[in-house]
Amino acid sequence: MGWIYWFSSYEHTKPLALVILFVTFVVILVYVYGNKKRGEAIESHKNIPFLDDDSNAREEKK
Amino acid sequence: MTATEISSNEQYNFEIVKKFAFMAVVWGLIGMSIGVYIASELAWPFFNLDIPYITFGRLRPAHTSSVIFGFGGSALFATSYYIVQRTCQARLFGEGLATFTFWGWQAAIVLADISYMLGYTQAREYAEMEWPIDLLIEVTWVSYLIVFVGTIMKRKQPHIYVANWFFLSFILATALLHTFNNLAVPISLFSMKSYSLFAGTQDAMTQWWYGHNAVGFFLTAAFLGMMYYFVPKQAGRPIYSYRLSIVHFWALSFLYMWVGAHHLHWTALPDWTSTLAATFSIMLLLPSWGGMINGIMTLSGAWDKLRTDPIMRFMIVALSFYGMSTFEGPLMALKDVNALSHYTDWTVGHVHSGALGWVAMITFGSLYHMIPKLWNTRIWSEKLIGIHFWLATIGVLMYITAMWISGITQGLMWRAFDQYGNLQYSFVESVAAMHPLYAMRAFGGMFFLSGMVLMATNIMMTIRQGGRAAAIAPAVKLASAGV
Repeated sequence: MGWIYWFSSYEHTKPLALVILFVTFVVILVYVYGNKKRGEAIESHKNIPFLDDDSNAREEKK
Repeated sequence: MTATEISSNEQYNFEIVKKFAFMAVVWGLIGMSIGVYIASELAWPFFNLDIPYITFGRLRPAHTSSVIFGFGGSALFATSYYIVQRTCQARLFGEGLATFTFWGWQAAIVLADISYMLGYTQAREYAEMEWPIDLLIEVTWVSYLIVFVGTIMKRKQPHIYVANWFFLSFILATALLHTFNNLAVPISLFSMKSYSLFAGTQDAMTQWWYGHNAVGFFLTAAFLGMMYYFVPKQAGRPIYSYRLSIVHFWALSFLYMWVGAHHLHWTALPDWTSTLAATFSIMLLLPSWGGMINGIMTLSGAWDKLRTDPIMRFMIVALSFYGMSTFEGPLMALKDVNALSHYTDWTVGHVHSGALGWVAMITFGSLYHMIPKLWNTRIWSEKLIGIHFWLATIGVLMYITAMWISGITQGLMWRAFDQYGNLQYSFVESVAAMHPLYAMRAFGGMFFLSGMVLMATNIMMTIRQGGRAAAIAPAVKLASAGV
């Protein structure tokens, strides 16, 4: 269990936290911007606030 | 059933949204009136009237609690309940629990304001409520989390719209912040007084971890949730970039939690903590401006709306103030700038450029958009919205200009030395130098409050108009059917 003491030192945990957060952020960036097809799928969600209006308008037409 | 097969608005719980929206306007009036009064007390001290209950020290937390939690909080409950239902296309989870959040929240603010005026405070900025009120807030907030997550879980739309991410992070972060910042030991079960579990530097660190993240998650992330729904709706076009909104969300959530220590530069706090906070504050500029650009660019190709639509004007000016105050914040977080700006009115000006310019303006725009829809009517007077916009804009500009000049003057006067190395000015000389600027700040507040009065009038008339239309609707239907 001696290895757990490694985490008790700021000199270790500060760069570790930096690496974890930075890598996670890069993964998010790659996920969001790395693939054109996936990018288009993500962008399509921007219309969600308007879907509700469409259904209401259709309902009124009926 | 597909996501769009929803019958009508009637399947949503808008009653709770109406209650919170109404109370947001009421608290706006109360909180801003107290603000103008205490600004006047600072400029003209006779307003203290030798009554202890209304001195600056007691009314100041009543002002901040009424505007942040009363006005801002009620507006956030209203808009988050509205947005989560409409974007998840599901009725709000837990009807009774949602009603409880309304009464719990309103009771907490009323009790807090009364207790401050009676002199009860735990002296933690933006968390002055004593322990019984903290417990009430805790229970209310957990209920809010259950209602919000419950609604998301029963959604008919597979994707969770980004506005809900911002709201959820705000609810979770606020729960964490409120719990740990308010850990205290009451002196007895039947006493309002308590003492913090933390001491010394740790206490200060906990306080500002809470304080700045209250700004970050309560006054920023949550209102960004509002922005990501209402700006596209009012503009009639989707958000400029959904991918940017995702990066905005994660970057903001990662970075905000680290910056609170910039409130404690040049204190007993370890220097590395201070430097870390300043560094993260500078990095925070990127997601903040990314979000601002995303909001403003939503209007790309429809800029003419700014000429014709006063609600859109509120929203775009709010985003501009968001950009401005999120530039000013990192600047003030630099240790050398902070050495001049800290403990001066510059900080007060900075807070109000965010609170009035960003938070209040985006709330005004959102409420003007949402309230007529809730009561199924049109806004009573568009002209009044236009006048409100200009009163609010002039008010904020007067306020922050006065505080910039006052703050920088204070900072310079306090650090000025004469040729013998003595302080050049006594403290009272700096107070006297502030007087015209304090008067200017009070007048700025009066402009802003006048706009709020117009808004309240406009909203009350809109609600009355909606109520009247709803009352005669069945008769009109019968008449048109020839009955």
